[in-house]
Amino acid sequence: MEIKPSYLRTLSMLGQRGVFGTTLTQLAEQNENIVALAADLCNTSGLDRFQKTFPQRFYNTGIAEQNMIGIAAGLASCGKIPFAATFSNFASLRSCEQVRHFLGYMRENVKLVGFGAGFSFGMFGTTHYALEDIAALRAINNVIILSPADGLATLKAVEAAAKISAPVYLRLSGTMNNPIVYQQDFDFEIGKAITLRNGSDIVIMATGSMVYNALKAAEKLEEDDISVKVVDIHTVKPLDVQAVTAACDAKLIVSVEEHSTIGGLGSAIEETMALKSRRPAHLIIGTKPFYPHAGEYAYMHDVHDLTPEKIALKIKNTYEEICK
Amino acid sequence: MEDRIFAENMRKDILTSAFKAGNNGAHIAPSLSCVEILAALYNGILKYNKSDPFDEARDRLILSKGHAGLALYAALYEAGLISQKDYDSFEENGGDFPGQPSKNIEKRIEFSGGSLGMGLSYGIGLALAGRRVFVILGDGECNEGSIWESAMFAGHRKIQDLTVIVDLNGMQADGKSADILTFDIKKMWEACGWIVEECNGHDVQALKIKLSQAHNQPKVILAHTVKGKGVSFMENAREWHHGKLTQAQLTQAISEITGGDYGN
Repeated sequence: MEIKPSYLRTLSMLGQRGVFGTTLTQLAEQNENIVALAADLCNTSGLDRFQKTFPQRFYNTGIAEQNMIGIAAGLASCGKIPFAATFSNFASLRSCEQVRHFLGYMRENVKLVGFGAGFSFGMFGTTHYALEDIAALRAINNVIILSPADGLATLKAVEAAAKISAPVYLRLSGTMNNPIVYQQDFDFEIGKAITLRNGSDIVIMATGSMVYNALKAAEKLEEDDISVKVVDIHTVKPLDVQAVTAACDAKLIVSVEEHSTIGGLGSAIEETMALKSRRPAHLIIGTKPFYPHAGEYAYMHDVHDLTPEKIALKIKNTYEEICK
Repeated sequence: MEDRIFAENMRKDILTSAFKAGNNGAHIAPSLSCVEILAALYNGILKYNKSDPFDEARDRLILSKGHAGLALYAALYEAGLISQKDYDSFEENGGDFPGQPSKNIEKRIEFSGGSLGMGLSYGIGLALAGRRVFVILGDGECNEGSIWESAMFAGHRKIQDLTVIVDLNGMQADGKSADILTFDIKKMWEACGWIVEECNGHDVQALKIKLSQAHNQPKVILAHTVKGKGVSFMENAREWHHGKLTQAQLTQAISEITGGDYGN
């Protein structure tokens, strides 16, 4: 399908939350089982249009995330396809046991949408950052974790989540006017990583907001004659084992995520490689182990060395050390 | 079946299974506490299809106080909804009838219980999807904040087809609720916008009357019960929250239960 640049710019402008809300409203027109829940964050969740279009299919639970997930599970058990949205931190940590109980243990077909992942809500501060959500939810059985890289990927992730009959945690990162990773249409298949750029020395596996920064870092490394492959891990769980195995031919694997280096994408890759006898070193890039003073999104990336420049520098230093 | 016999059989079933569970033990007293509540529901109130457990028109019973799973299994057995073989598999390794129920519609188990405070939100979801729902909570369970998130929501939305029965036995794992955490449970539910009814939770007829009345907002029945009801050495005895029975204790318990004056 031909996708016009103006449409991509609209998706970028909306940001991942906006794309989530508009996509879900469109899907709901075709599928009457789709319902949406919010915990007093209807607008922030991007669900205001859904609420106006389908008031009978929208439930605002008030500031009660645990209750929201339980209600979503009950609806799911009757054949509804509930999308329940709140800040990633509240979806994953505040409601962690509800996720384990209803999505993991009971396997109810709930789509839990966590927005504001990483440092997206810069000035809101640590309470509104989600730096441990993947770590917490990855340990829970049966829950698929999706982490799209841009607007178009978010649209496809929402479609895929609605289609699959399984519990999903959809991790939305970045801000409005987020950078465009996908310039044209592509196939989004849950569990299948996407190679965005080829290279032979280093493989960067990135997720969510960090995919774009990884691409930019790869461009910088290319200037130093380092050949870098970049892979979009839009599904953190189940991880694309084949993609990880293929990456083992490189001299260095790098994982980049806007998340703690403990328990996230880097850990998932490392768990997959642990038993391989021939495997390269693995540089895990993520947020630093402290809760920072709040600041704008770009500032937070700078403090945590997650800008393309700092990612490239860290990779270059590690690569040179390995090649000595 | 006569309600009194249904309830008496359930008590015998519970004690016999708990004895057979041996060293694994069972939540005996919390199960004996809600016998009449389950008897009222399964012997007349709940609509279910005897030949099709998946029938979407069935009423939903959510046992949120999952530690009374043994009482639920006894009720399912006495109602003829599970087989003797199923019932006898209580706490078998890897079986379908563990200490705390695990959702299994084929076996008529609607909800996975055990972690307290989960069942009411799930029941609300079922009611929003158009099902008639009954949720059994423990009074100790009402310590959980998540219960009140759900109670406020159901009251606000005036959800009609939702009835909660609180097994109000005044005890919890560490002893008397009055010594652990006190609150005016009636006022709490009223403040959340619920119709509050009270009755003797060991009087099946009284329960059935309360459970049959139509209501245009969510209703809670505070069912006054005795933890360990029917067995003298278990009543209000903290150590029987979860325990093991000897043969002598079983014999005494069965003899005390036979022809008891409750479950009328």
